[in-house]
Amino acid sequence: MENNPGTNILDEVTQGDYKFGFYTDIENDFAPRGLTEETIHFISAKKEEPEWMLQFRLKAFRHWLTLKEPEWAHLHHRPINYQDIIYYAAPKKKELASLDEVDPELLETFNKLGISLDEQKKLTGVAVDAVIDSVSVKTTFQDTLGKHGVIFCSFSEAVKNHPELIKKYMGSVVQYTDNYFAALNSAVFSDGSFCFIPNDVRCPLELSTYFRINAANTGQFERTLIVAESNSYVSYMEGCTAPMRDENQLHAAIVEIVAMENAEVKYSTVQNWYPGDKNGIGGIYNFVTKRGLCKGNNSKISWTQVETGSAITWKYPSCVLMGDNSVGEFYSVAVTNHYQQADTGTKMIHLGKNTRSTIISKGISAGKSNNSYRGLVKILPNASNSRNFSQCDSLLLGDKCGAHTFPYIQAGNETSIVEHEATTSKISEDQLFYCNQRGINTEKAIGLIVNGYAKEVLNKLPMEFAVEAQKLLAITLEGSVG
Amino acid sequence: MNGSKSSIMRVPDITNSPKVMENMKLLKEIPLGEMLIDRFQNQFDVITANDIPAVTAMRKEAMNHFISNGFPSSSDEKWRHTEIESLTEENFQYYLKPLDSEQDIEDLFKCEVHDFDTEIISLLNGWYVNKHAGLTTLPNGIVYGSLTNAMKLYPELFEQYYGNLADIQVNGFVSVNTAMVQDGVFIYIPDGVYAEKTIQIIKLIDKKEQLFVQNRNLIILGKNSSFSLMHCDDSINHFSSLINTVTEVYVGENAHFNLYKLQNLNNQSGLINSTFIHQEANSTTKSNTLTFNGGMIRNNINIDLQGENAHADVLGLYLMDKNQHVDNQIYIKHNAAHCTSNEKFKGILDDEASAVFNGYIYVARNAQKTNAYQNNNNILLTPKATINSMPFLEIYADDVKCSHGATIGQLDQEAMFYMRQRGISSSNARLLLMYAFTAEIINQISIEALRKRIDDMVKKRLRGELSVCEKCVLHCGSPDKEYHFEIDMSKI
Amino acid sequence: MLLNIKNLHVSINGKEIIKGLNLGVNKGEVHAIMGPNGTGKSTLAAAITGREGYEITQGEIWYKNKNIIGMPAEERANEGIFLSFQYPVEIPGVSMTNFMRTALNAQREYHELPAIPAGEFLKLMEEKKNLVEIHSKLNNRSVNEGFSGGEKKKNEIFQMAMLQPSLAILDETDSGLDIDALKVVAKGVTGLRSEENAFIVITHYQRLLDYIVPDFVHVLFDGKIVKSGGKNLALELEEKGYEWIKEQYHAGS
Ligand SMILES: Nc1ncnc2c1ncn2[C@@H]1O[C@H](COP(=O)(O)OP(=O)(O)O)[C@@H](O)[C@H]1O
Ligand SMILES: [Mg+2]
Repeated sequence: MENNPGTNILDEVTQGDYKFGFYTDIENDFAPRGLTEETIHFISAKKEEPEWMLQFRLKAFRHWLTLKEPEWAHLHHRPINYQDIIYYAAPKKKELASLDEVDPELLETFNKLGISLDEQKKLTGVAVDAVIDSVSVKTTFQDTLGKHGVIFCSFSEAVKNHPELIKKYMGSVVQYTDNYFAALNSAVFSDGSFCFIPNDVRCPLELSTYFRINAANTGQFERTLIVAESNSYVSYMEGCTAPMRDENQLHAAIVEIVAMENAEVKYSTVQNWYPGDKNGIGGIYNFVTKRGLCKGNNSKISWTQVETGSAITWKYPSCVLMGDNSVGEFYSVAVTNHYQQADTGTKMIHLGKNTRSTIISKGISAGKSNNSYRGLVKILPNASNSRNFSQCDSLLLGDKCGAHTFPYIQAGNETSIVEHEATTSKISEDQLFYCNQRGINTEKAIGLIVNGYAKEVLNKLPMEFAVEAQKLLAITLEGSVG
Repeated sequence: MNGSKSSIMRVPDITNSPKVMENMKLLKEIPLGEMLIDRFQNQFDVITANDIPAVTAMRKEAMNHFISNGFPSSSDEKWRHTEIESLTEENFQYYLKPLDSEQDIEDLFKCEVHDFDTEIISLLNGWYVNKHAGLTTLPNGIVYGSLTNAMKLYPELFEQYYGNLADIQVNGFVSVNTAMVQDGVFIYIPDGVYAEKTIQIIKLIDKKEQLFVQNRNLIILGKNSSFSLMHCDDSINHFSSLINTVTEVYVGENAHFNLYKLQNLNNQSGLINSTFIHQEANSTTKSNTLTFNGGMIRNNINIDLQGENAHADVLGLYLMDKNQHVDNQIYIKHNAAHCTSNEKFKGILDDEASAVFNGYIYVARNAQKTNAYQNNNNILLTPKATINSMPFLEIYADDVKCSHGATIGQLDQEAMFYMRQRGISSSNARLLLMYAFTAEIINQISIEALRKRIDDMVKKRLRGELSVCEKCVLHCGSPDKEYHFEIDMSKI
Repeated sequence: MLLNIKNLHVSINGKEIIKGLNLGVNKGEVHAIMGPNGTGKSTLAAAITGREGYEITQGEIWYKNKNIIGMPAEERANEGIFLSFQYPVEIPGVSMTNFMRTALNAQREYHELPAIPAGEFLKLMEEKKNLVEIHSKLNNRSVNEGFSGGEKKKNEIFQMAMLQPSLAILDETDSGLDIDALKVVAKGVTGLRSEENAFIVITHYQRLLDYIVPDFVHVLFDGKIVKSGGKNLALELEEKGYEWIKEQYHAGS
C-alpha cells in the first residue's frame, strides 16, 4: 500500500506542464477595458467596418444585455467580470504585403507553435490563416486558392471584399440570439476566418487557422464562417494556444458552417488553450458555439476535436441535418487534468429524411478534473428513417477526478432508430501488467493505452494534425510519453 | 359489484358536462398551490392535530420551502418534458379529514390475483380504510396500519426515521406532502423476519369531484428481514384527480425488499409518486414500476446505496397510448464501495403518448468497485408518439464499471418478415414482438402468481383490451359500457 | 406447374439485381440453384417469398396457378411457400413453442381448420424435433437466440417439417454445417419429399446434393440463369469452378 507504484506514476503523469505557455512580447493596440456601446463603436471603427456591420454588433450587444450566463453545464467557476476584459487587442503593425513584413517576434511565436507561415507549409500543402489575440495576421496561399475560386481570408477582409456573402451567411446558422456567448461574440468579435468553396470545387489544400491569445487581460472573440457550395469539399483545421497567465482569460468564439447539396465539410480542431497550472490558477475560459447546417440534400458535416486545453471548456459542435440524406458526425477526444473542467459534446438535430448521425466521444479525466459529455440527439417528426448511433466512453485516471455523461435523446419519429451506448472505466491493472511484462514502463503504458483508447477519433484527423494531437494527449497527461 | 345505487347516473367524462365546466371556471381562480398554502395557514390546528412535535416542526419547515418555491414547472430542468402546470394550475378539492361515508371498500373492490395470497391495505381517496381499527400485528411480528395511528404509538420510530429520506428540497410535491399529509401506510418488519405474504396497498380514487390526494408511507425493514410490497394505484371513475404520494423505505442490513408498483389510472388523472429507498450493507432492493394507464404519471425513485455490497434492481415497463404521459426519474446514488445497481426501463408508445426517462447514476468518490448498469429501450408505434430519454452518469470513483445505453426504434423488421414467412399475420407478429419486448421486465417478477397475472395484463394491454385493472368493478375505460360505482352505505 | 417464374426483374433501392429470370418447377422436383456470391440467389428467394424492399419491376411469379406478385408474405407462407433463411433471425423474448404454435395455427386458420389442441401440438413438436435431432427443450428458448450456426439451420428444417410446405426454398442451408448436421438436414428434406411438393436448393457445394439429388441444376449469374442441366452439372461446377461459366457468359453477351 505505502508505495504503490501505480499511484506514484499516476501522480507523476498527471503533473506534466503546459509546453506552449510562452508569452510573446509584441506591441499591441488595445481597446479600453470594459464593454459598453462605445467599445463596440471602437472595435467597428478600428476595423473600418460598414454601417450594417456596426448595426449587427449593436443589435447583438443589446440582446446580450438581456441575457443571463447559462448555468446548466457541469462547470464551476468564479463569476466572469465582463467589464474587466479588454475586448480588442491587435498587434500594432498591420497591412502586411509579404512575409518579410511580419513582426519577427510573431514569426517566432508561430515557429514555437510549430506552425510556419512561410514556404515550409507548401510542402504539407496547408493554407494557414493565423489569428493572434483578435486579429488575423497572415493568410498564406491566397493565390493558389484563388485559382480554384476558393476564398480564404480573414473575416475583416471578407467584410470588405465579399459583403454580399457575409450578409447572406453570417448569423444564418448561429444567430446572435442563440445563447449568451453567441450574443457576446456577435457584439464584439474582432476577426476570424472566412472560407468559401464554390460549386464543384474540391479544395486543393487543407485550410487551417491558428488562434493564439497573447496579450494579458484580453478576451478573444473570433468568428469563422465556412460556406461549401454544391458538390464541393473542404477540410478545415483549427488550432489554438495561449500563454501562461495567472488570470483567467475569456475566449468566446463562433463557428458557422453551411453545406449545400452534396457538399462535404470536415472541420478538425486541436484545442490547446492554456489550461491553468497544477493548482488551477489561470487558464482560458473557453465558451464556444460551433454549428454546421447541412442545408442541401446529401450534404455532410464532420466535426473532429481533440480538446486538451482550457481551464473551462463549454463547447458543443453541432449539426442541423436539414437536407434529406444528410450526414452529421462528431468525433471527440477530451482530456482534462489538474483542475480543468470540460462540458463538451454535440447536438444532432435531424430534420430531413434518411439523415444519419454518428457520435463518438472519448473522455479522459485525470488529476482533480471533471470531464462531462453532454449531447443531444433530436429526431423531428418529419425525419423519417433517420439513424443515430452514439458511443460515449469515459476513462478515469486516478480517484480524484470525475467523468460524467449526460445524453439527451428526443425522438418523435417512429421510423427512426437511435442507439446510445456508454461505458466508464479505468485502465485495468491487467492491461498495465501486460505492458509491464512486455517491458513497457507504466508511464509509457498509460500513454499507449490512452492513445489506443482515443484511436478511433484520432484516425479521423487529417495527417498533419494527427501526430500533433497524439503528442498533445501524451503531454497533457504525463509530459514525457510519446 | 353493487349496482343497487346505480340510479344515480354518472357522467363518465367530466369535461362533457357543461355544468361542471362552469363550476370549474369559477374555481379556477385558485390554483392548487395557493389553496394549499391558504389551508395550511387557516387550518394549522387540524393539520397538526395528531402530530408528534418533531413532525409539526418538519411541516413548518416544509411549508416555508413550499411557499418560496411552489410546485415545479416545466421551466425547471427536471420537469422540462412534463407539463405539470396542466395539473397544478387546476383547482382541486383537498380534504383534511375523511368523509364519513368512506369506511369499508374491501368488499367492493378487490385487486386480487389468483394464488397470490396478500395482506391487503386499502386507501380510499387517500384515507386508510378502517382507520380506527388500530394497528395490525401479524403472528410473525410484522406491524402495519395507518400512518397517523402509528405515529401515536411509535413516536420514537418516527423521530428516528420519518422525513429523513424524503428531502423537501427535491421539489414542491415532496415539500407540500411533508407539510400537509394526513394519512398513509406504516409497515414495520422486525429484525430477522421473513415475510411470506406480500402486503398489497390498493389506492382507490372515487369521488365526484376533482380531488387532490396526498399519502405518506413509511416502511422499515429490520436487519436480515425480507419483505415484498405491492403498491397499486387505480382509479375507478372518470373524474380527474391528482395523487401525490411520498414513500420512505429503510432497508436494514442484509434485508431484502421487493417493490411492485402497478399503475392503472384513468386518463384524466395525475400521479406523482416519490419513493425514497435507503439501503444498508448487503441489502437488496428489487423495484418494478409497471405503468399501464394514467393521464400524467411521474415516478421519482431515489435509491441511496449507503452500505457496502448493497444491490438494487430498478426495473420498469410502460405501455402508454392515447395522450397519456409517463415520466420516470430514477436517481441511484452509490455512496459505498462494492455496490451494484441494475436499471432497466422499457416502454412502448402508441397513438400520441409520450414518455420521459431520466436515469441518473451518481458514484461518490469512495464508492470504489461500483458496478452500475442503466438502460432504456423504447418502441414508438406511431408518428405522433414521442420519447425523451436521458440516461445520465456522474462518476467520481475510478475503479468502477458503469455503462448505460438507450435505444429508440421500432419493431425489428427482419423478425417481422421471418414471422410472416412462417404464415403469422402482421398484426400477430407485431403483438408477439411487443410482448417479447416486455418479457425481459416481466420475467424478472419473482412471485410467480403475480408474474402470471401481470403477464396476462400486458397481453391484454397490448391487445387494447385493458384500460383499467380488469378486476376493478368499473371497467371505466371501455367506451361501450357505462359503469357505476357507489359505496354501499348499508355496509358501514 | 407448381412455380413458374417468367422474365423476372428485381431491384433493390433502384439497383437491378435479377435481370430477366425464368424458372419452372413442377411438383415432385428438386431444383438446385448454384452460383458465385452476390449474383442474386437470396434475392430470388426474397422475391418469391414476398419480402418488402425487393421491387419487382417486370415479370410474373406464378404459384399454384396464381400470380403471387403483391401477395403478402404471410399469405404466401400459408399457401405453402417456405424459406429456410440463409441467416435465420434471432427474436429475443419469443419462445420457440409460442412461435411455432402461432405459425401453425395461422396456417390452419387460413385453411379454415380449427386450432391445434395443445396436447397434439406438443406431440407434433416432439416428433419433428426427433426427426431433426434437436434435443434441447424449445419451450424456454427464444427463436434462434443463442443457437449455434448448426442449430439455427436445424431449427429451420424443424420448422419446415412442422409446417409441411408445398414449395420449400433452402437458402444455403448447408453452409457452415458439419457432416452430421448436413445429414440431419438431408434427412429432414427426404422425410418431407413427395410427389406433391417441390424443393429449390440454393447451395455452393455438391456435398448437400449427394444427399438431396436434384432433378435440375441451374447456374445463376449476373441476375440470370445462364446455364441449366442435370445433376452432373453440379459435379462439373465442383470440379471446374465458375470461371468457365463466367467466360462463356461474357463471350456470349
Ligand atoms: N438489402 C440490400 N440492399 C442493397 N443491396 C443488396 C441488398 N441485398 C442484396 N443486395 C445486393 O444484391 C446482390 C445480390 O445479393 P444476394 O441475392 O444476397 O446474392 P447471393 O445470395 O447470390 O449471394 C449483391 O450485390 C448484394 O450486394
Ligand atoms: Mg445469399
